[in-house]
Amino acid sequence: MSFGFNILKDRQIDFDTNDLSLARFLSLYEPSFRLCISCGGCTATCIANHHSGLSLRKIFILINRGITADIKHELDNCMLCGKCVIACPRGVNTRGLILKISELTKNSEI
Amino acid sequence: MNKKVVVVGGGIAGIEASAFLSYMGFEVVLVEKENTLGGHVLNWEKLFPTMRYGSEVLDFLLQGISPKVNVYTCCEVNSISKKEHQFFVELSNGENFISDAVLVTTGYDLFDARIKEEYGYGIYENVFTSADLEMIFTAKKTLLTKQNKVPLKIGFVHCVGSRDEKVGNVYCSKVCCVTAVKQSIEIKQIYPDSEIYCFYMDLRMYGMHFEHLYKEAQEKYGVHFIRGRLSECFENVDKSILVKVEDTLTGRPLKMNVDILVLMVGFVPRKSTKKIADLIGLENGRNGFFKTKDQHTLTNVSNIPGVFFAGCCTSPKTITNTITDARAAASTIASYLLHHEIDKRTINLAP
Repeated sequence: MSFGFNILKDRQIDFDTNDLSLARFLSLYEPSFRLCISCGGCTATCIANHHSGLSLRKIFILINRGITADIKHELDNCMLCGKCVIACPRGVNTRGLILKISELTKNSEI
Repeated sequence: MNKKVVVVGGGIAGIEASAFLSYMGFEVVLVEKENTLGGHVLNWEKLFPTMRYGSEVLDFLLQGISPKVNVYTCCEVNSISKKEHQFFVELSNGENFISDAVLVTTGYDLFDARIKEEYGYGIYENVFTSADLEMIFTAKKTLLTKQNKVPLKIGFVHCVGSRDEKVGNVYCSKVCCVTAVKQSIEIKQIYPDSEIYCFYMDLRMYGMHFEHLYKEAQEKYGVHFIRGRLSECFENVDKSILVKVEDTLTGRPLKMNVDILVLMVGFVPRKSTKKIADLIGLENGRNGFFKTKDQHTLTNVSNIPGVFFAGCCTSPKTITNTITDARAAASTIASYLLHHEIDKRTINLAP
């Protein structure tokens, strides 16, 4: 039933209740995940970004904030070309992380 | 050669400049208002980026103070007057000197965090400053909340009193970013299970080994960095601190409870800067520190021939930079006293 209005969801990130299990797992599985400084080099070089808006920088930061609902859908656009690995100035194993995140999100409700 | 130099301030800049001036054969009078030489370094346990003890650096520098340097502690300069090429200096203990040059090394004060009332220092019990943390480390005490609880979540706020027009300090204090990284690592070494969040505007890791330390904090110690300037914080019933910040990289507001909040206080001109400036007729720059004659080429030179600067009285500096600056000041003074005045060279002085 629509009343023509609805209640807006709170956009605030609550660091006391958010689920950081994926971030914690990735930090242990691939410690280079911790090194991302959100420079955006990966996103700028990403071919998929041009048509789908896929942004690895955004995905990493959202995982670190516990906002993981849309990640699986977004990562479906990745063609695994690996250009992001070459662009990263901090040696983050981006392609490896994409594969791991995809594997984890495929089999779960994350 | 019996030329005499009075050095005002016995922090690391004053110590090292006095040492080099005495090596070069000048008579040196070193005046310090506290009862011991060393200045701020006395209150800092370990130093970035090496984690070496501050006391080791101080011990090294003090080896340069031979009996030839006349050290006056618990003593201030009452008056300085210049006649022709000589300075008549009167100390608070009643002693008088005639010197050929004066070196000002009066250093800085730490920003009074109570001015940033929205961060609650002095109001909320578990808001500390970076200097408080060092006091705990130096005294070999255990870091606990004021309720004697082990802190599990700790927040660091960068740029407190720096890069902030609202408190009148537009400049960067240069050392706080890497100090936050250093202190985060130290806390993680004590409490590996704690979570540490640094709230920053920009991370300025300009030193040769700073970036390495930053990377180590992320990779080895798992320190988290959140880009955004804290707008305010509140005290909860259990005395933990609720912080509010915009996470600018997700573009969303963020809130978090921490057990301890550490404010990275910046450098401000020492209170006595204005008094000393008025005493001799020195110029202050737009940030309130002493004004050097030129920012590139005459960094130890003041507007008065024969009066020189070293260390943090002209701008915030790391310990490394301060020691270098002190040695540079000593050689600038030597060249002045040997009649090779550096400020006789010409350059269009920048405003």
